[in-house]
Amino acid sequence: MSKLLSPDRSTVLFLGNEAIARGALEAGIQVATGYPGTPSSEVIESLADVARERNLYVEWSVNEKVALEVAAAASFAGLRSMAVMKQNGVNVASDFLLHLTASGTRGGIVLVSCEDPGALSSVNEGESRYFASMLEMPLLEPADFQEAKDITKWAFELSETIGNVVMLRSVTRMSHASGNVTCGKLPTKRRKAGFEYDGPVMDSKTGPMISTPVVAKHVLRQQKLKDVIVEEVMPFLEENVKVLASGIAGRIGIKTFFGKYDGTLPFAGELNPDVVADALGRILKVKRKFLPADYLKDIQKTAAMIPAREQTFCAGCPHRASFWNIHNAIALDGRKGFVCGDIGCYSMAALSPATGYHTMPTLHSMGSGTGLASGFAKLAQFGLDKPILTVCGDSTFYHAVIPALINAQHNRADITFIVLDNAGTAMTGFQPHPGLSVSALKDVVPAVDIAAICKAIGAKVAVSDPFDLAATGRILTSFLADKGSLKVLILRQACALSPEKKGKKTFDVRVDESLCLGDACGCNRLCTRIFRCPALTWDRNKKKAVVDEVICAGCGVCASICPQQAIVKTEVSGPG
Amino acid sequence: MKEKTFTKTRNVILTGVGGQGNVMASRTLAHMLVDAGYVVTIGETFGMSQRGGSVMSHLRISHDSVKSPQIPRGGADVIVGLEPLEALRVLTVYGNPQVCVLYNSRPVYPIGVITGELSYPSGKTIRDAFERLSAAFWEIDATSAGLKLGNPVLSNIVMIGALAKTGLLPFDRRRFEKEIKKTLSVDKYNVNMKAFDAGAAMIK
Repeated sequence: MSKLLSPDRSTVLFLGNEAIARGALEAGIQVATGYPGTPSSEVIESLADVARERNLYVEWSVNEKVALEVAAAASFAGLRSMAVMKQNGVNVASDFLLHLTASGTRGGIVLVSCEDPGALSSVNEGESRYFASMLEMPLLEPADFQEAKDITKWAFELSETIGNVVMLRSVTRMSHASGNVTCGKLPTKRRKAGFEYDGPVMDSKTGPMISTPVVAKHVLRQQKLKDVIVEEVMPFLEENVKVLASGIAGRIGIKTFFGKYDGTLPFAGELNPDVVADALGRILKVKRKFLPADYLKDIQKTAAMIPAREQTFCAGCPHRASFWNIHNAIALDGRKGFVCGDIGCYSMAALSPATGYHTMPTLHSMGSGTGLASGFAKLAQFGLDKPILTVCGDSTFYHAVIPALINAQHNRADITFIVLDNAGTAMTGFQPHPGLSVSALKDVVPAVDIAAICKAIGAKVAVSDPFDLAATGRILTSFLADKGSLKVLILRQACALSPEKKGKKTFDVRVDESLCLGDACGCNRLCTRIFRCPALTWDRNKKKAVVDEVICAGCGVCASICPQQAIVKTEVSGPG
Repeated sequence: MKEKTFTKTRNVILTGVGGQGNVMASRTLAHMLVDAGYVVTIGETFGMSQRGGSVMSHLRISHDSVKSPQIPRGGADVIVGLEPLEALRVLTVYGNPQVCVLYNSRPVYPIGVITGELSYPSGKTIRDAFERLSAAFWEIDATSAGLKLGNPVLSNIVMIGALAKTGLLPFDRRRFEKEIKKTLSVDKYNVNMKAFDAGAAMIK
């Protein structure tokens, strides 16, 4: 039995996201949708695991806007539903969200936004709480694991009371932390879906689900909103408390506020126990009891000799090979082309430590790499005349790239677009996407073919294996030379951590010491200094490259880069 | 070994490099302790932060209340390092003169060390630092023990076995057996029990 279905009154260790999922189950949720994004993904994953047993419909939607639309349909039909996303997903969903708050909802519907103060797994510290205030939407924020479960359940009741969507905000330190939760009852009754729309326009139960008449509907919504509950990145709570305090200043007098505006707390980053304790210490003028001075001095000295451990592509990662190819093709072309980046593990190509050949000078939201490339490609008339490349992952392609790609074709933007297809939504934990023939419920579904879509748009399309450096290099070189058309290269190779690949080596790889010339070779340590695979290290005593068998994933790509052919790969025979 | 009980909150940090099974080890440990009646909070980060980077899980084991998922600076009671440098890195932030440390001796080199821009301290330098900066420490070769059992990733379970034997936390072999029986298939169960026992045997 799944832990999520633990019996009434049992105490279990739940991830914050599992506590939210359990709360939704206790509320009788029937439909759950989402788009994967750290730290939100486990809510949908854990609900998908119990979907058959609890008769739920759970889907990984193509993006967050569609996720909210699918959940809203369930609400309109009287069912309880939930749409789950990370902070920037709310931006994607916001166009529909504005209209949804205006039309109102029926069955309880909760938008869950899991946010990331400190950007622990994001490239931004986005805040979606302002959407709640802008759209007059109740906002709930749990303070611990039990509350995460309980408040989620209550959020559905609140949504039905006010006839509108309720926002539940979690943060990484809640979603990805775990703690004890005492479970409540799981309902046994299911609601039947039915959508009524023939009633009077202003009848929220039987009328059409539309935002007009706008002013009358807005007044109705405000009447239903009596209490709004509201706080890590922007001073949301602080501002609201100040407004409240000024309203009752006659009774309570003028108060001093300590917070972000007076510099007591920082405007950026998470408010961890140390930041809060230090701030309280300053307000109360007390010194925190801390470590003995000589110990503190010693740990500071010790810390200085610890080398940093930068993020990097994993051993066997197809992205390392892809960017090796991209970098070499751009160098061979000689016109200093560049790559517009996108969101995924491949974002690491924007950081110099990940590879010795970073080529990605832009990095924004999902899909924006292709949109930016489409724009850069039109700047030739103003003197920016160089090859424009862009990359995206397979899941990102479906999420937000297709409109930008159509834009590039329609406006004759000459770009080389590379899909880094690693067969799943890899960064967030291998959730299925429309390119795969499996859904969140593990049903067999038609796979939507990226190549066919690109061909239908009118692009020149090629497919290659990034591990085949020679073949991929030839295609890229010819694409960069081919002016005046939209070119798409799909690089297919599954992620090294994917369930089908993990722990299985294609090749045994070793360095033949008799062939490696070490520092005497003219390559200037191409393998360890530039290629940068965590499994390919440098033996300082022997002054030669060496493969760490514990870390090596057996992709064999490094054998193709050694000018001395000193890296030898032999195919692993048999299964496993 | 006998299972002990604790009344004071224990702050434990499990650390290593992405892919070493840090998350799995911390959850196994936490499930055992919840089962033993403690209130446990795990704070961790995963996602892209895992890719080749340092990872760490904070476990806070209380007999009565939910704690913040983050341990304050200087607040660790126990540090379990799946990699020596990461154990030392955590010690320099969360250590104090009373901290106890158990670490795997096998290094995983950071990219900066592989490229030759940075250098990795010697085994002796690391041991000397733990000698000065901890109340007690154990260094074991958990990766080799995992390799002997057929998979280096078993080093995380070897570390859990060793941790049980140190008596730093209130769980024993029986508790571990009960926990993995719930989640693992028979063949995986056997090799995990062997890894646990191999770890326990390394603590004298």
